[in-house]
Amino acid sequence: MKAWCKLRQAYTARLAGESPGLICPSQIAAEREETMIIKTTRRVAMGLVAAAAATFATETSAGGHGISLEGKTVEWVIPFSETGGSAKWANFYAPLLSEALPGNPTVVVKFMPGAGSTKGANWFQEQQYEDGTLIFGSSGSTQFPYLLGDPRVRYEYNDWNVVLASGTGGVAYLPPDLAGQMNGLDASALQGTDFIYGSQGATRLDLVPLLAWEMLGLNVEPVFGIKGRGDGRLMFERGEANIDYQTSSSYLKGVTPLVEAGTAVPMMSWGALDADGNIVRDPTFPDMPTFKEVCEATPGCETSGEKWDAWKAFFVAGFPAQKMVFLPAGASKDAMVTYTKAFEDIKARADFAEISAGRLGVYPQMTGDEAKGALSSATQVPESAKAFVTGWLKDRYGVDLNG
Amino acid sequence: MDFFTLALPALSDAAGLILQPVVLGYLVMGVVMGLCIGVFPGLGGIAGLSLLLPFMFGMEPVLGLALMIGMVAVVPTSDTFASVLMGIPGSSASQATVLDGFPMAKRGEAARALSAAFASSLFGGLVGATFLTLFILVARPIVLEFRTPELLMITVFGLSMVGILAGRVALKGIAAAGLGMMIGTIGEGDSAGELRMATYDMPYLVDGLKLVIVGLGIFAIPEIVALLRQDRSISDRSPLGGGWAQGVSDWFRNIWLSVRCSIIGVVVGVIPGLGGSVVDWIAYGHSVQTTRDKSKFGSGEIRGVIGPESSNNAKEGGGLVPTLLFGIPGSGSMAIFIGAIALLGSGNIEVGPSMLKNNLDITYAIVWLLALANVVGTLICIAASGGIARLTTIPFALLAPFLFMIISFAAFQSGQDIMDLVALFAIGFLGIMMRRFDWSRPAFLIGFVLSNPAETYANQAVQIAQSRFRKGFEDGIDYIFSPIVIVLIIITVLSVVVGLRQAKTIMAEGAVESGTKRAPMIFLLVVLAYLILAFVNASMIPDYAAADRVFPRFVGGVTILCALILLVQMMLRDETHALFADREASDAKLNAYGLWSTLAWFAALLILTSLLGFILALAIFLFAFIRRRAGKSLGFAAAYTAAGIAFMCGMAALLNRDFPAGLLQSYVDLPWPLT
Repeated sequence: MKAWCKLRQAYTARLAGESPGLICPSQIAAEREETMIIKTTRRVAMGLVAAAAATFATETSAGGHGISLEGKTVEWVIPFSETGGSAKWANFYAPLLSEALPGNPTVVVKFMPGAGSTKGANWFQEQQYEDGTLIFGSSGSTQFPYLLGDPRVRYEYNDWNVVLASGTGGVAYLPPDLAGQMNGLDASALQGTDFIYGSQGATRLDLVPLLAWEMLGLNVEPVFGIKGRGDGRLMFERGEANIDYQTSSSYLKGVTPLVEAGTAVPMMSWGALDADGNIVRDPTFPDMPTFKEVCEATPGCETSGEKWDAWKAFFVAGFPAQKMVFLPAGASKDAMVTYTKAFEDIKARADFAEISAGRLGVYPQMTGDEAKGALSSATQVPESAKAFVTGWLKDRYGVDLNG
Repeated sequence: MDFFTLALPALSDAAGLILQPVVLGYLVMGVVMGLCIGVFPGLGGIAGLSLLLPFMFGMEPVLGLALMIGMVAVVPTSDTFASVLMGIPGSSASQATVLDGFPMAKRGEAARALSAAFASSLFGGLVGATFLTLFILVARPIVLEFRTPELLMITVFGLSMVGILAGRVALKGIAAAGLGMMIGTIGEGDSAGELRMATYDMPYLVDGLKLVIVGLGIFAIPEIVALLRQDRSISDRSPLGGGWAQGVSDWFRNIWLSVRCSIIGVVVGVIPGLGGSVVDWIAYGHSVQTTRDKSKFGSGEIRGVIGPESSNNAKEGGGLVPTLLFGIPGSGSMAIFIGAIALLGSGNIEVGPSMLKNNLDITYAIVWLLALANVVGTLICIAASGGIARLTTIPFALLAPFLFMIISFAAFQSGQDIMDLVALFAIGFLGIMMRRFDWSRPAFLIGFVLSNPAETYANQAVQIAQSRFRKGFEDGIDYIFSPIVIVLIIITVLSVVVGLRQAKTIMAEGAVESGTKRAPMIFLLVVLAYLILAFVNASMIPDYAAADRVFPRFVGGVTILCALILLVQMMLRDETHALFADREASDAKLNAYGLWSTLAWFAALLILTSLLGFILALAIFLFAFIRRRAGKSLGFAAAYTAAGIAFMCGMAALLNRDFPAGLLQSYVDLPWPLT
């Protein structure tokens, strides 16, 4: 086990070209104060969890109002496949959660892909709270069909109990020649260009960039049928698409090398929310203007009114609280307290900022009332914004969501 | 030059990646599994990879690759055992080996035939790996220029191969491919999200059918059922005999034949879609043509073994060319391989141009693994030939329930839904019927696999081209008719012409006699009915989502036309014509059991699962099958059942998976694994 793990560690480091992404069990006790990044198969992860559990068993005990999960297995259901961003997010948290929960249960991530997460979410809606061993991870792709009244949606966010909300951001970028036409923040020089954008579908998260570009007066034609944002980037690299956006972690990994090579130039980030709900610069990309700044500098683009409100509402639903962890309907107060405390403990780790920055980006990880606030802003879009977007989708893309 | 700045460092990086004890250990593990899969008749690379698939989630890329390449590379080596010793092809890639290998075994020269075959396999495998290395080097700069129109043309080129696969009746092959494409369009359209042949009331179909299920259903299930019905007894097997050294020297004397057949194997392997089922026949034909004394073929000519065996290992190297370069599967097993790579690691590797660009070291690691697996596989085959040969003596009635258990489990892993099993059974039934009436199953699978890329690339290319044309006519033409596209069009047209001319001489799945008119006609009518239904269903997609309508309507229309012409021909021709090929007629003497009674066993497993959940159903199924069908004692059946259930639970625990639940589980809470 040890030699095997060391080898894998060396291998992972080689491939990633960064510090080891895997900590061997023998190293945990010594190094647990420093790092605990686990990038490995579930089997090994479970081995780690077992080792960690042994280390911590004497230190932690269930709090007065908590539940103990000793000897149990927590199933964390992710309604996406093993390869997506939600999988990475859950795999990051799972071992930490195991360590932080009273009784150090084994935490396993289960994948239930289908219908762009609707299948898994519909399934979770039917689950009842039993003993706190079932949690669910939703994403922006779960939120948007819910908000837009997709007929397939049989789930109701208000029935669920949120214990964590994780934010992210997004960045739009252009080829250098087009980026050069921008007059500072003013994008009006780009209005005559025919833009091609590889899109996963207008009703998905792509709604946010498509609406933003339209507000800037850009003529962007989405080419549908790509399987993930990575395909969109490839299309951009091949020179077929000439505008694209990526979420923060994908941007850091996939587009930063292009920017360094001079084949892509960031245009704007979507921004982040401050405590008062204002859009400010994204902390992960503090040097990049936000869409709000670009919009203000571009004639014809308004940062108020129906269109702006709709954009902001869907941005808030899709990004600052993109991924959330839920307990099923009927969860006891004790269970809520236990999970909330566990995630708070994870956030309070001395090394959390360090280990999360590389894998999640610098974004708020909200618990307790903060998470509840994030949930309500993410799932309660004003009726007017909803009406505007459904109308816009129908006029612009012929998508009839009531049909 | 590219070679020194890029390829050499990547080659040595790749060597560094795989020359680790863990990686080599996984490779050997894959090789051993591949040996077993190859030895069991009826199972080939598709079934083997499908079984590995659930293990690939999140595995380190190099380890997963070692496992898969190890398995894929040695199947054509080990399938020789069944071909030579039992006269049953161990997999589709060694059908031609039977012709001369089996008579040799009957003469007591099994060892000579095997060692000549292993030497040829090793040589062919190494030729394939060398070719792959060189080809990647040469083709890389071109492939990096590929955009959507080029990718679309490569896909069309792959589809055009159906012409060669079609067999004696070209229209049937085209109809089979069309049916595969139509099945591939089931579910949510990629462009506008409209449903085709699915409803939201049945969420299972919304995502379409999974490749694993279609691959297992179309290939593995019909073969298993067919072998089970024949129920061969142990006495069929011939002893190994001596002559190991002679076999190797036989190969050496015919080394130029081996070289030529290896090259044939590589070239046929490169052509997307052709893969295993024809390469051995082409090589066999070549061996016959180039031998002066043709009289001994069919009764134990060693050249008849060397030719096919050199080619079928070489084709794995060739088959990886389209797979790695374009992400277009070279064969059925490569289709599954592509799916598996997407699961490796955290999904950062994707075969095709992006892999050549960003993961050149991984690309070359695959080449090294392929060469190494061939060497390791041959060594194990020779060293353990006695033991491996004994595997072929296991009566198939004991093997079949075990295989069914694993296949069901693998199928269930794709969607974690009991509908996975229903779909497996349904597609399996379709596969059995296609096998029976000699509809090309490889053509069907190619159609299924290429359906989605063909549709997406076509839609995207049209959309992007429209935007370019708006900019200017020249812009648009430059985009669509790039030099690469023009070359690909020429190659495609040539291959269709040559393919149709050659098709009649290539029997992808052996000759099939004709039976009566009625049964083939009923099957054709059922297929036609489905096609019309799917066509009408697609036509009802509203205008705003036209992008999801065009492709199924076009493919459906062409396929319906083919089917109608077939129907007319069937009415006009008399029943000895190849149109009415019916395996029930030609295999009548071989079959000890009826089709329906054999199928009933598996239908029972399915129904029991829906009532009692998978594990309980499996226990009943295994016990009853071993007791009744295999005729073993109560004790034996109980032990077999216990071993099977333990194996299944072990796999599930390792993978952290549940089993399908039945009606029972919705009333009673049962502990794992009964949940």
